[in-house]
Amino acid sequence: MNCLIIDDDAAARLIIRQLCKNTELIVKEEFSSAIEAIKFLNSNSIDVAFLDIHMPTFSGFDFMKTLKNPPKVILTTSDKNHALEAFEFDCVIDYLLKPIGVDRFQKAIAKLSNVSSEKLNTKETEVQKENKDFIFANVDKRLVKINIPEILLIEAKGDYISIKTEKKSFIVHATLKKIEEKLPSDIFLRIHRSYIINTSEIIDIEDNSVLIQKYVIPISRSHKPALIKKLNLL
Amino acid sequence: METPNLKYIKKISEGDLDFEESLLNIITEEFPKEYATFIEKFNNKDYEESANNVHKIKHKISLLGLEKGLALASVFEKDLKNGNTELYQDFINVLHKIHVYLEDY
Repeated sequence: MNCLIIDDDAAARLIIRQLCKNTELIVKEEFSSAIEAIKFLNSNSIDVAFLDIHMPTFSGFDFMKTLKNPPKVILTTSDKNHALEAFEFDCVIDYLLKPIGVDRFQKAIAKLSNVSSEKLNTKETEVQKENKDFIFANVDKRLVKINIPEILLIEAKGDYISIKTEKKSFIVHATLKKIEEKLPSDIFLRIHRSYIINTSEIIDIEDNSVLIQKYVIPISRSHKPALIKKLNLL
Repeated sequence: METPNLKYIKKISEGDLDFEESLLNIITEEFPKEYATFIEKFNNKDYEESANNVHKIKHKISLLGLEKGLALASVFEKDLKNGNTELYQDFINVLHKIHVYLEDY
């Protein structure tokens, strides 16, 4: 992780640089003025800034208010009276009182790592969720968006598959195996070597076939137990 | 009575002598200037600016292990912002101790 040190006190900057040595942090730059740091951030990105609150003309608070998307910030100060105000800023991870001890510094870095991985997990979940709602398929040289919940069934047809939705059918050059990987397994199920169905669209099941809207789909013997298991049987 | 010491600096240096030397160089170079500026602002009754000087010196007081001195400086900084100069002499005593200590470097 890259970091920035912003403090008008040279001794304070040197100490933070020293404390960073035993961590995964790389000091990308240090500034004695928050304004200079803002200029730097206009064309560079960093993971965290160690930011002094009390600086002449332009304070640490001014710095955080000025930036539209401030980086994560660990405040460093000799004044404990600013703690309440400090945590009103979403970007503030921790508040270190000078002189900063080794243990307390390590604790702040652990906090930073936790926040970073939480954020990453949330981001991944969001991406997964976004990707879950639709797929893009190559239809006649066009990438067509198909909403997954609208898919009724998919039928294998040689080197192609036919994706049937309520409104339309799409012929796509792909395999059932490939599309199966893209579909949520809690809803979609392979019931035959040539068919995947949306189980939430089943109207009824009779012997070895399933009715979904106007489509009657065969169930193979080997896939039937999995389908029965999935049904909310009385 | 507490005296300036290098306990904190030694602890964070973890044996890094270059770091210790660099830090002490900064302190010995900056402290006399900050001390002088404080006296000047205080004598001019510019207490707001004097409070800012105290704030800056406060960090050096803490680096030299003067815990009581740090507590006193914190109160004095606040007092000065309200125009209260009662702790001036006590604060000067702390600065004097540091001044004498740094003369050896």
